[in-house]
Amino acid sequence: MEILVDIQKKLPGFELDVNFDTGMDILGLLGASGSGKSMTLRCIAGIDTPDRGRIVLNGRTLFDSQKGVNLPCRKRKMGYLFQNYALFPNMTVEENIGFGIEDKKREERMAIIKEKVKMIKLEGLEKRYPNQLSGGQQQRVALARALAIEPEALLLDEPFSALDDYLRSHMVKQLTETLADYPGVTLFVTHNMDEAYSVCNKLVVLSMGKIEAKGGTEEVFRSPPTLVSAQLTGCKNSSLAKYISPFEVEALDWGITLKTKNEIVKHIEFVGIRAHEIELALDEKQDNVFSCWLNFTTQTPSRITAYLSMQVATLGKGGYHIQWEITKQMWFELKDKPQPWNLRFNPDNLIIV
Amino acid sequence: MIDGVLTLPLVLPPTVIGFLLLILFGKNGPLGKLLMSIGKTVIFSWPATVIAASVVAFPLMYRTVRSAFEQIDQNIINAARTLGVSEWKIFWRITIPLAWPGVAAGTVLAFARALGDFGATLMIGGNIPGKTLTIPAAIFFAAESGEMRKALIWVMLIFIVSLIVMTLMNYWTDYQRKMIATAGRK
Repeated sequence: MEILVDIQKKLPGFELDVNFDTGMDILGLLGASGSGKSMTLRCIAGIDTPDRGRIVLNGRTLFDSQKGVNLPCRKRKMGYLFQNYALFPNMTVEENIGFGIEDKKREERMAIIKEKVKMIKLEGLEKRYPNQLSGGQQQRVALARALAIEPEALLLDEPFSALDDYLRSHMVKQLTETLADYPGVTLFVTHNMDEAYSVCNKLVVLSMGKIEAKGGTEEVFRSPPTLVSAQLTGCKNSSLAKYISPFEVEALDWGITLKTKNEIVKHIEFVGIRAHEIELALDEKQDNVFSCWLNFTTQTPSRITAYLSMQVATLGKGGYHIQWEITKQMWFELKDKPQPWNLRFNPDNLIIV
Repeated sequence: MIDGVLTLPLVLPPTVIGFLLLILFGKNGPLGKLLMSIGKTVIFSWPATVIAASVVAFPLMYRTVRSAFEQIDQNIINAARTLGVSEWKIFWRITIPLAWPGVAAGTVLAFARALGDFGATLMIGGNIPGKTLTIPAAIFFAAESGEMRKALIWVMLIFIVSLIVMTLMNYWTDYQRKMIATAGRK
């Protein structure tokens, strides 16, 4: 099971140019909205047509601009899960699931529908119409419908973006379980790095139609190769950087010099650190410990983000150098301690590009 | 362009349409001549009223149906394509059922418009009682000659028919709203 994608297409504002291949893994396409990730998926499914390039699925050429091959959508055998599910509103759950396999014999068809309904745990709701189902249930029906045709590849276009947070985490878990049994290529488009991290083993990071990073998910998150890919994988702090020595880099925006774990090259551009990976220094003799002053904070129910300045006590209204994310508990222990606070930029956690 | 021509009868005054039809189907008109050669005249016969009413009502049908087709979420059609379903089957099993409320609404609107036409019908159909006299024309001529009772009966009849049509329209609009709400929108 393998898919090879190498396509170019002119889009308003930029040119989509992607090139990747993947096997049985779940490959994530991560990018901000408008980065071309959904268009890539649509081109693979045959809903849109690339200007140039090649798409090959399991040795079968689906699209090749040089050879003039362009299989229509219905001959590509791909399951596509749309962002808004796109269920047929005039058909019941079982009719939706069975619509793509009506050429099969009735018994065979009913058996597949039954199996898929069981898979998505919607037994008893077979006769319901989509408008009588919740968002999560609709999504499961859409997934069952896509899988009923036994597609060679499954394309998921932002499948969770219409769900609320509680349902989302539940559905992510359920999808991961379903996909574990699925014997084909899976492409998963998302703008949410948490989803990408928990669902995919491999990752392609897209920005303005170009690939910024590709590789194993863990690896891309640990050491993103470009600033954009660092930001898209959730790195909130970055500074222009200057090479000082093989193990020292100056963060120009922050006015500090950081020691690095690995040897760095001369033409580095940026240094960054994730907001939750900054540590409270145990004592000042550790490496990469700096004084920081609190400027302001924002909060979510479980975490506090502190916006800090370095070297100076304040940067004026709304100004800050770095964001630091900590738990509420830690915040309550810390907040009344005298400033500046000593924070450590652990060399293990620095992102250098 | 085609869209413009098809919609034109909606914006033109009915008498203008009637006039144009008169020229087209008249003894010297291109269609009139053609019909003459097979021994038929349309002008001032009952088919003329049918033609006039159809031309006047057609744009309503056309526009309503077209917008019903356009309102269908393209992703639903795309979803069917990815499932390997043929375009023919998609059309009959998805597009038509989803556009059906619009088609019905268009029919009702066109019907109401056709029923009420006065100008175009009068121009090419005339008002021959029992032959080409339509209800709106009958009302006009009855009222003009002071037969108010007769006019009132016709008015009541139109009133009842229109009321039924309006009720049907409301029913279909509700139905359509429900269908669109189920199209998987957030």
